[in-house]
Amino acid sequence: MNTDIEKFKAGSPMCGTLRMDRMPHIWCPGCGIGSEVNSFAEAVKRSGIDTKKLVVVSGIGCTGRVAGYVNFDSIHTTHGRAIPVATGVKLANPELTVVVFSGEGDLSGIGGNHLIHAARRNMDIVVICNNNFTYGMTGGQVTPTTPGSASASTTPYGNYEYPFSLPFLMDAAGATYIARWTSMHSRNVTQSMEEALLRKGFSFIEIISPCPTLYLRRNRLGDGVDQLQNYQDNSILKHGCDTRETAVDFQGKIVVGKFVEKSKPTYLEASDKCSIKLVGDDYQLYGKTIPEREAEEKAEKERIAARRAAMQAGEAAQGEAVTAKPKAHTAKTAAKKAPAKAAAAAKKAKKAATKAKAKPVQKAAAKAKPVKKAVTKVPAKKATPKAPAKAVKKAAPKAVAKTKAVPKKTRK
Amino acid sequence: MKTERSGAKKAPAGVSERAKVGSGGRYAAANRVAADPKGVDAGPHFMDGDHALAEGALAAGCRFFAGYPITPSTETAERFAERAPEVGAMFIQMEDELASIAANIGAAWAGRKVMTVTCGPGFSLMTENIGLACMTETPMVIANVQRAGPSTGSPTLTAQQDMMQAKWGPHGDNMMIALSPDSPQECFDLAIEAFNLSEFYRVPVIILTDETVGHMHEKVVIPPADQIKVIPRNNYSGPQEDCRPYKFDCQGGHPMVCAGDGYNFHITGLVHNEKGYPLATAAQGKVVVTHLMEKINGNADEIIRLDEDQIDGAEVVVVSYGITSRIAVKAIQDARKEGIKVGSLRMITIWPFCEKRIRELAPKIKAFVVPEINYGQMVLEVERNAGGHCRTISVNHCGGAVHDPQVILDAIREAAK
Repeated sequence: MNTDIEKFKAGSPMCGTLRMDRMPHIWCPGCGIGSEVNSFAEAVKRSGIDTKKLVVVSGIGCTGRVAGYVNFDSIHTTHGRAIPVATGVKLANPELTVVVFSGEGDLSGIGGNHLIHAARRNMDIVVICNNNFTYGMTGGQVTPTTPGSASASTTPYGNYEYPFSLPFLMDAAGATYIARWTSMHSRNVTQSMEEALLRKGFSFIEIISPCPTLYLRRNRLGDGVDQLQNYQDNSILKHGCDTRETAVDFQGKIVVGKFVEKSKPTYLEASDKCSIKLVGDDYQLYGKTIPEREAEEKAEKERIAARRAAMQAGEAAQGEAVTAKPKAHTAKTAAKKAPAKAAAAAKKAKKAATKAKAKPVQKAAAKAKPVKKAVTKVPAKKATPKAPAKAVKKAAPKAVAKTKAVPKKTRK
Repeated sequence: MKTERSGAKKAPAGVSERAKVGSGGRYAAANRVAADPKGVDAGPHFMDGDHALAEGALAAGCRFFAGYPITPSTETAERFAERAPEVGAMFIQMEDELASIAANIGAAWAGRKVMTVTCGPGFSLMTENIGLACMTETPMVIANVQRAGPSTGSPTLTAQQDMMQAKWGPHGDNMMIALSPDSPQECFDLAIEAFNLSEFYRVPVIILTDETVGHMHEKVVIPPADQIKVIPRNNYSGPQEDCRPYKFDCQGGHPMVCAGDGYNFHITGLVHNEKGYPLATAAQGKVVVTHLMEKINGNADEIIRLDEDQIDGAEVVVVSYGITSRIAVKAIQDARKEGIKVGSLRMITIWPFCEKRIRELAPKIKAFVVPEINYGQMVLEVERNAGGHCRTISVNHCGGAVHDPQVILDAIREAAK
């Protein structure tokens, strides 16, 4: 058994981005957090950001444990205080990319004040909110988002409070990027996370997800897979949807999509502007003038672009290899082959990355552009839905567990 | 108001089961550098204690301040906000005190020296994350410019009522350092000392001042930068595999790990191992709690600063701190004129408490007199350590004003009997 776990750890495609020395994690089978963390790890990789400059902050609760499993600088704070801690990190070193990954109880209940104020300030952080309608860690109590009539351990006769619609709340508070998905929408979640990691300003991503142990069981909604089916059946994709129309009723329709994406000065940009007026052009924050910081930021952007290009080149190569093969593998063989494939792809990507690095940054970026275009075409047109997506999913040993769970459902 | 706390009966001195670890002068020997001149507004000033706190922080290298306005501490935040752009520091007014201290924790781990100020009601909110700062061994300075409580109390009136809260506020066993200045000059000096202590011991240091000192304008001399010695942030820079955010050896002087340096550190408020990973077992709890307590208690000799006057041969010792120590001076002088041998022990360091000194003095004197602007808080510590070897007389005051020196004088006369 032990050797299996070690093998799993070593072979996992998430090996570099998750703390394998802390696996297995605490999340229940069927819980959405695991797949969200996978999406996050994937988004971080795809974004091309410097993972050394990434800080993940969590609060308390099941989702609050995310900080303990991601292999970046990570802070597990007190209940509700992840956002102000993240604010401190970001303002203390603006070069860092700061992500808050926590649950809806932590973020909108005990930490609600911090959530709205960070959005109001357009603090340059990414907030990822796992919304499972329940306080999982403490045993299934009602949260600020629990839909009306749903049962919780502290509303045993049904919830009679009015829930928050988080996208609406965030919109009103001034968030400049708001997206909502369910944990079934792994690819969209990844994409939204990637976008949020690369943009400036306060980004809020809500991911509605199942808590099979408490919320689903208590409300007799089946297991995690049943709930994913519910998400599939009831999700309505509406990009740019008016956030007033994003309320979620008990087992009702769930509006998903990217609702808001706009640009306005971040807290730091506004603060800089004020200070430069006062002190003049030689204004420095932590010993760096604004032009110096801007130059650093520009250089970092170029490095990110180069990394992205290299990665996408590697991905394209991998995509070709996958589509060339018939899709008749069983999950097992795919899982077996996956590490080797992943390793090969990684090698290629690495090669490309070092290549890109070796050349002057501008050249690399210029060179990267056409490649990028070609790459985005491949998965977008040919593959978007099935082939590579499935292959990649199968590659993760976790997916094996998922496929195993399917017969359980049919048995019912 | 004065109350007899205990008679002069003999009682066995308390036996501590705590592990005692010698400091070996490590704090004194810690690397110190000259202050960054950018933060030092050298020269003589006429300023209040609150402003002196801000200047002290800037001189000590504090470059991040997250605060929330509350009387009578707001002037510190205002001063810092005003000075931040020219110094190149960051000031942010957060949505509440919960957020202020949380932001400070984040900023501290991102490499900055951080500070916040507040008073009772805000301090109550901050206790949550003072606990987290103790647990995660995060250096920071918090000034509590005390006002009269409880609850909203008398916002503009003075008090010393949060002395015990500073020590016992956060839940669970943890230990911090608290200092108490008696003048604007000392606000400046102790702010620097507070940063040095907090950087070395990686612990929140609380400056327990009061409304009177906070709003009192006096001469404050800020020395030139090269005469101000500060302990710089010590960030780990060794190999990745040896990187540990913690070392549980009951000592200070361990490096921080700075976000963005590529070490992928993890810290948590859960009981953890030296790697920072959660390990919530009784055995690990013992390791962590012992370390947190003993890195301060075990090094108390090196941390504690007392200001003593005519203690040798005294029959009565007045133990005081903050503004009350300045009121007590009048009473002490008058008592001496009457021929009473009175010594003065002014506590500059409140926590860790000067247990050893009180134990030494107790058998040699008739009584301790403890005036303080609360219903009797630090007197409990004095009495506990006196261990029945002498009397302990509390001269308490319910806040809103300083003592009438006459009341303290009466207590000294009573004590000398």
